[in-house]
Amino acid sequence: MDILSLFPAWLLEQGPAFIIVLPLLMGAITAILPSRKPAWWAALIVTLLCTATAFGLLLQVYSEGASLYTMGGWDPPHGISLVIDALSAPVLLLIAAMAVVTVIYAMPATIAEVEPKKRAPFYAAFLLCFAGLMGMVVTGDAFNVFVFLEVSSISTYALVAMGAARDRRALAAAYNYLIMGSIGATFFVIGLGFMYMETGTLNMADMSRILADLDGGSRVAKVGFGFIIIGLGLKLAMFPLHTWLPGAYAYSPTKVTVFLASTATKAALYLLLRFTFTVFDPSFDYVGIVLKYILIGVGVFGMIFASLQAIFQTDARRTLAYSSVAQVGYMLLGIGLATAAGLAAGYLHLLNHAIIKGGLFLAMGAFWYRFGITRIEDFSGLSKTMPWTMGAFMISGLSLIGVPFTAGFVSKVNLTIAAADKGWWWAVAVIVITSVLAIIYIGRILLAAYFGSPPLIDGEPAKKNEAPLMMLVPMWVLTLMSIAIGSNILGVGDNFVMASERAAALLLGTGG
Amino acid sequence: MFSVIFEQYNYGIVIILMMTGLYVVFASRNLIKKLVGLSIFQTSVFLLYITIGKVAGGQPPIVSESHGEDHASLEPVLVAAGNAKEAAAYGAGHSDVLYSNPLPHVLILTAIVVGVATLAIGLSLVVRIREVYGTIEEDDINALDYRYNLEGIED
Amino acid sequence: MRDPHVILRVVSKFLIPFIALFAFYVQFHGDFGPGGGFQAGVILAASVILYALIFGLEAAKKAFPPSWIRIGMTLGVLLYGGTGVVTWILGGDFLSYGVLAHDAAHGQHYGIIAIELGVLCAVATVMIAIFYAFGSRQPEPDEEDW
Repeated sequence: MDILSLFPAWLLEQGPAFIIVLPLLMGAITAILPSRKPAWWAALIVTLLCTATAFGLLLQVYSEGASLYTMGGWDPPHGISLVIDALSAPVLLLIAAMAVVTVIYAMPATIAEVEPKKRAPFYAAFLLCFAGLMGMVVTGDAFNVFVFLEVSSISTYALVAMGAARDRRALAAAYNYLIMGSIGATFFVIGLGFMYMETGTLNMADMSRILADLDGGSRVAKVGFGFIIIGLGLKLAMFPLHTWLPGAYAYSPTKVTVFLASTATKAALYLLLRFTFTVFDPSFDYVGIVLKYILIGVGVFGMIFASLQAIFQTDARRTLAYSSVAQVGYMLLGIGLATAAGLAAGYLHLLNHAIIKGGLFLAMGAFWYRFGITRIEDFSGLSKTMPWTMGAFMISGLSLIGVPFTAGFVSKVNLTIAAADKGWWWAVAVIVITSVLAIIYIGRILLAAYFGSPPLIDGEPAKKNEAPLMMLVPMWVLTLMSIAIGSNILGVGDNFVMASERAAALLLGTGG
Repeated sequence: MFSVIFEQYNYGIVIILMMTGLYVVFASRNLIKKLVGLSIFQTSVFLLYITIGKVAGGQPPIVSESHGEDHASLEPVLVAAGNAKEAAAYGAGHSDVLYSNPLPHVLILTAIVVGVATLAIGLSLVVRIREVYGTIEEDDINALDYRYNLEGIED
Repeated sequence: MRDPHVILRVVSKFLIPFIALFAFYVQFHGDFGPGGGFQAGVILAASVILYALIFGLEAAKKAFPPSWIRIGMTLGVLLYGGTGVVTWILGGDFLSYGVLAHDAAHGQHYGIIAIELGVLCAVATVMIAIFYAFGSRQPEPDEEDW
């Protein structure tokens, strides 16, 4: 059964541009749509089309190899090129699929959280953010990365601020995110300026060729690399630069939290991989030093400190946010190993963590929707009042810890094996310690939910009030996906592992 | 040593503006002043890009074109679209005018638009914060939120 | 009752059309020299904002209604994207202007004019919309107070 032949040829050929242009134009149209329902339908149809296109592009990459699309008919290095290869195609599909899941979830959620006349602009900003993320992942031109990075970031600032109707701390959180995000993007541009001074081109493939000829480049290239790493590190919430993340995740509308947690940091991590391994080469000595000491050091410290901070939070959303910072540390540890196994493990954790965190935050949003719960102490008895939602939360939580037969276990085992192969037993110890810390902070919530009794409302225990179907279905889709990856049902787990290995092989230059 | 300073004074100005902007962002406790610092920081980056585009002795990168021969003067454009080597050979043979690099100007136009959009969103956030909290000093906002976090009620 | 701002009002009534005309000059001159959509859009918006500053926000909103401004924002983006979609329909890659006319050079001309028009529309309306949004948060001062 050749699924690839079901796709029209035009879609596969123009797919890279189509996947950016459709949400961009529909976002502009959605902003002036009269009422809320057409806006939601527009968002749903656009994200479904983009998911189908991303799936087709992924199949095309795996059967025919990487493809290059020239924007405007101008050949690179003069023109902007869009590149789909084994590294970008899975991330593209991940972002599109998470967008569909969150749009389905958003139907009841935004009715509760966003006032009526702001809902059409809400979906418009979401579509623009989606277009920006797609563009970031697909493009092959370094300055184009900056443009799409800022398109997605600026829409995100506006989206996070829309949570102010529910919780006024969203405004200060959005402002803080804006300042830090803009500094990060400007650092990226400074680094890019130095790279342009060194190589004279903005095309990423051309830049890597010229840098290889220059054998690493002069001090200008080193400074440029440093600025680019710091700029991207701010966007992906590397350990000391992560302080915007808890506020932005905790106080924004739940749909935005789910989408951000699953996609924004992952796209920035993809860019880090792209710049460190494709544009610059790990064989340059300064890149090797950054990988070995800085990325791994920052990753390890992030894992430990963020997990510790997660334990001491009273707000459940902030717990999950600090847990996200810790998981980014896992990915950085995998990348810093710079071996095929380490890179594959880091990339696999990138994909798995998006699914796990998405499920957790979806469940959190459903708890708020029904009962207004955000603090851990309010979780008592939720297993009796919202059994299905709490079940999804529990399975995703166990997956975050790394219990066998779940997605988290697969990626953590791969990471441990990769670290052990290189002889770094201290890294194995850190992974085990942080998994124990994860048991503590997830266990606190599960303990309150399963062993507490429902609170008294008007003198009676609260009755069972399950989340609406449109919230339950996306939640359980992600949870079942997590189980399927972990237990390798229908070969899903094998597909994910194969995708990560092909991406790692591409990065290290040993395959396509 | 002085010739080095006089030749590279643009980098000195860029560094001074960059550090000033960053310091203002980190150190000021007023929200509007932070945005001002961010603007200064971004402006220094624009200066960095534009000053490196200047070629010593170069003309402004404007191709003078008379209406009768617009096909011929657009040939370099079409050749460049095809192959970089051909374009370079074409340019070396035909043009004896040295142009400054126009690419940084285009990049900076894009970056200026991004900076304007960021500033607009930042200022609208400050307006909303002022309406909700009544103040734009970060210390007062943190104090109000501290009580909000502890007690969970509006102030 | 004498108008306290008669000099400002008369001078700006002379100048605002020239500012708008300069905006269109910069727009079309972008093909041959410095200029183009973004600069022209900002100058056009500046003329409207000057009108709003001197004659009052209500008068500006009657001349440039907010609903038109919102449609203008979308129209600008759609003009730019629409040019790309037209090139798709005509068989080329996205935004490959060469297919728009009988030969590549004229196609580039038409394509650039179309997208710069879209940029002008989008930038001018967005600047005006930002001004309206900020200006509407506070009530307007009386005539004698400024």
